[in-house]
Amino acid sequence: MNDHIQRAVRVLSERFKAEKREFREQVTLVLTPETLNEAVRVLRDELNFNMMMDVTAVDYLGEEPRFNVVYQFYSLEKNARLSLRVPVESLNPHLKTIEDVFPGANWYEREVMDMFGIIFDGHSDPRRIIMPADWQGHPLRKDYPLGYEEVQFTFNFDEIDLRKPKGKE
Amino acid sequence: MTENRSTNFEELRHLLSDRAVSGETVVLNMGPQHPATHGVLRVLIELDGETLVNAIPDIGFLHTGVEKEIENKTYQKSEVLTDRLDYMNPIGNNLAYCLAVEKLVELDVPPRAQAIRVILAELTRLSSHLLWLGTTGLDLGAISPFLYTMREREALLDIFELCSGARMMTTYIRPGGVWRDVPGEFEGAVKNILATFPKRIDEYERLLTKNILFLDRTSKIGLITTEDCYHYGITGPVLRATGIKHDLRKAQPYSGYEQYDFDIPTETTGDVLGRYRVRVAEMRQSLRIVDQALKQMPGGPVNSSNRKFVPPPRSELGESMEALIHHFKLWTEGFPAPKGSVYVAVESPRGELGVFLEGDGGPKPYRCHYRTPSFANLQTLPLMVKGRFMADIVAIIASIDIVLGDCDR
Repeated sequence: MNDHIQRAVRVLSERFKAEKREFREQVTLVLTPETLNEAVRVLRDELNFNMMMDVTAVDYLGEEPRFNVVYQFYSLEKNARLSLRVPVESLNPHLKTIEDVFPGANWYEREVMDMFGIIFDGHSDPRRIIMPADWQGHPLRKDYPLGYEEVQFTFNFDEIDLRKPKGKE
Repeated sequence: MTENRSTNFEELRHLLSDRAVSGETVVLNMGPQHPATHGVLRVLIELDGETLVNAIPDIGFLHTGVEKEIENKTYQKSEVLTDRLDYMNPIGNNLAYCLAVEKLVELDVPPRAQAIRVILAELTRLSSHLLWLGTTGLDLGAISPFLYTMREREALLDIFELCSGARMMTTYIRPGGVWRDVPGEFEGAVKNILATFPKRIDEYERLLTKNILFLDRTSKIGLITTEDCYHYGITGPVLRATGIKHDLRKAQPYSGYEQYDFDIPTETTGDVLGRYRVRVAEMRQSLRIVDQALKQMPGGPVNSSNRKFVPPPRSELGESMEALIHHFKLWTEGFPAPKGSVYVAVESPRGELGVFLEGDGGPKPYRCHYRTPSFANLQTLPLMVKGRFMADIVAIIASIDIVLGDCDR
């Protein structure tokens, strides 16, 4: 298991200049957006990571590159997990889709497009998946507000009363 | 001002065939409110007479923004939100989250707590499969098993209430162990279940498994191949029904599962009937695990003694200054987690439930993402229904066993 991951790390570092990070015995490889699609193809075909479990993103507001798209891969035969991170910049975030390698990435990439606004080039169905179809904004970004209702105490009763929607009298 | 509408026909043109646009086939809305969609799931079905050409699921009606909320609460407080994701498997959600937190901060869990976690997780799996069995029968027209499975679930929910005070959303499993030790009546209640359940499962099997109507409606329906399962990341009973003996409890054991002896049921047909057989067999294996865990349950503490993460018992607060300070810090600020991310997966009744947790040195998670099995499994619905009849889509949705809270989060 561990040798298999070591081999994957070696292959990807040599061919795609992946940077290895290890935390709590879990290995993450950091790639660039241009090399992602090919690296995923190599993972599936040569290194036997035949299942892609998850695609998600993390927003590091204030740092550049702002987003990190995280992929989780699992090899059923070798019982090994590997995760990939791809830093994506803030202005006009684009990434090539891996839907041609793993069709299951379809909905996951739609969710990342919906929640973070990272566009996946070549995706067959770039619609919002979880938010309503005409929603504006990308909820999971750090500069998007939580969107809760402010509690109406006595000290701010009148201010909130002005803003509250009321029914017809 | 947006009206928060769902997708309409125009936006779906690229997914529907030309015959839908010309009007030869009909596009119907199996809307979010539907007795057979197992929750608020909207499926747009393109029908050629009675045959399905395509089925496009539209999710998001139960989206509550759990991931965003978790980012704004401390690690302990956000656990309450995790119960409510896959609401048929609340203990499993808690377990996945706590395992991720424990991995992130490197917290130990005593063996008694691990045994209690295993027993409760397997009882939750049993209750989830019972509900699945009842609702599947109901969808296919076998109305009688439903109330019987509800009766069995009542016994299980009584056990959860005994341990934690709540029937479903227990938040009983906490980082470092469990909330408190199980009361004295727990063992008797679980033994009662172990004594009565196997016969009851036999009764349900007598009703359905060899019933010719049930076989007609489920055999060779909703076929999926192993290759498709790999492409789409399908795990759980759907994968096991295609012949792959893969279960995270055996492959990457957590919480002491390696001590227990159980089988992984598989079928080779890959259809609705195969998934039914796999789940019924899993119910029996769950009983086996509970039996072993109860017999082998060790004594000892039910919580880690690391006071930086686990609050001290209230009796110590009157006597020890350190206990008071730890209590205060944990309740007001929470515990800090290091910078880094972990991905921990457990086997939920639906498949691989994974938690991706990233800490940033502070007391609140920087990012918590749930890799939910229903989200992945529902993607394959269009593959499974092509060419089948309208009546089969109900059976297929029931067999994938989706829970919309799991899917939409």
